[in-house]
Amino acid sequence: MICQECNQRPAALHFTKIINGEKTEVHLCEKCSQEKGEMFIFTGESGFAFNNLLAGLLNIDPAFQEPSQSPFHQEEILQCDCCSMTFPQFLKVGRFGCTHCYDTFKDQLKPVLRRLHSGNWTHNGKIPKRIGGGIHLRKQIEELKNDLRESISHEEFEKAAELRDEIRTLEKKLAGSEKGGE
Amino acid sequence: MSLERFLNQAVSSWMSEEGPDSDIVLSSRIRLARNFEDYKFPTIFSHEEAKMIIVNMEEILGRSRFQKFGQMELLKIDELQPLQKRVLVEKHLISPQLAEESPYGAVLLTENEEVSIMINEEDHIRIQCLFPGLQLSQALDAANEIDDWLESNIQYAFDEKHGYLTSCPTNVGTGLRASVMMHLPGLILTQQINRIIPAINQLGLVVRGIYGEGSEALGNIFQISNQITLGKSEEDIGRDLKGVVSQLISQERSAREALRKTSNIQLEDRIFRSLGVLSNSRIIESKEAAKCLSDVRLGIDIGFIENLPKTILNELMILTQPGFLQQYAGGPLRPHERDIRRAALIRERLIMEQEK
Repeated sequence: MICQECNQRPAALHFTKIINGEKTEVHLCEKCSQEKGEMFIFTGESGFAFNNLLAGLLNIDPAFQEPSQSPFHQEEILQCDCCSMTFPQFLKVGRFGCTHCYDTFKDQLKPVLRRLHSGNWTHNGKIPKRIGGGIHLRKQIEELKNDLRESISHEEFEKAAELRDEIRTLEKKLAGSEKGGE
Repeated sequence: MSLERFLNQAVSSWMSEEGPDSDIVLSSRIRLARNFEDYKFPTIFSHEEAKMIIVNMEEILGRSRFQKFGQMELLKIDELQPLQKRVLVEKHLISPQLAEESPYGAVLLTENEEVSIMINEEDHIRIQCLFPGLQLSQALDAANEIDDWLESNIQYAFDEKHGYLTSCPTNVGTGLRASVMMHLPGLILTQQINRIIPAINQLGLVVRGIYGEGSEALGNIFQISNQITLGKSEEDIGRDLKGVVSQLISQERSAREALRKTSNIQLEDRIFRSLGVLSNSRIIESKEAAKCLSDVRLGIDIGFIENLPKTILNELMILTQPGFLQQYAGGPLRPHERDIRRAALIRERLIMEQEK
């Protein structure tokens, strides 16, 4: 059987994936399997503790999974500035170190969150009252600024002027609410 | 200590009061996970940070007492006796993790024990509201009020994209875990449960037996909770869970009805045998006690047994746990001694009802 990824080398790894009841058969050669990061099932620590399962979900880039085997990727390992947690460490414990980790690892996080939360990756619930008002305004301002850039690029200067005024009003309001909130 | 006095001290409102649909739903629980923005998560924070969080919480309590749910008391875990911790765990007021692995852990409790706020567990703050019967939206409202009160005093870790930030990515977003404890003997006896559990799992909900090891459901009591915390609003999470729970309630009711129609005498026999065991045994293991309590509770619900309160299952399931038995005995007991104590406590409790 030939590897389904490169269609060149003979497949060395055969397994069946069942995700949400959907069955897929996978046949890969050694090289492709390493590149796809599927090898972790057989090389990682044994046992199916939650953390290992989570690490499985997180296994997007093999460079993070097996840093020792890929010295060239060493310097790419992300580390949180605040709590100095690295991504491999997070994989091991399944818990973040601090709130900044969410920002540091945001690129790795999105697919993980989608898998953990049935395809969802953005918050759609409660916004805290006190700090929330500002968030709401900032979101609006951000959207208006995008519109502004777009209208300038389309040379719609009248509309741009209107948007600019609107943004100014909101920014004043934001400054006011943040002072009031403190 | 007399049993009556012990009970007055030991029983939380969800164990002794009835709520909506409480013939099947024992309790509803809402948990919100929250964190301070400026401190590292409890997985790696320093002892100084842990202490600062406790100091912060004490300050907030001193500054703005929140009286709506009654007086709140702060208990520090490392100041509690091992047995006291165990009793709090058995009452579901604190988690085993807080009791065993959180040296700077603490818990804020209201008098009726409907509200407990765990501090320095997996997250800095975990607000929990535990109500009798099916009262998910009431429990959510209560949790939200406490959340708003805390938020007016604390800079929460929140970002607009990910919502409330939590130590574990499985809780991020709403930080909400809604769960319902259900007594489902009808679905077990009619062997429908094995068909139902996988269906519920497919809806993004988790079903677990409580008090049992692994998947075994001691006393036919199951806990159903949401798995997804991100992308749905709190109200939607509650509503989805409630929808499934309502269906389970009607299936359980029709299973009980079917049992009465098809095997009334067998059912009656089973129920009264179990009552006989509980009223007469001198040694009883927790597994047998749970089975008999479940039968007796079913007997009360469908009218075979008339002069016992419905809440006897909730109450005795908790009171016959090892921690409680030892608390009642006033000291540590070996497993064999516990079984003797358990039988005595159940007998005494049933006699108490007869005398009323």
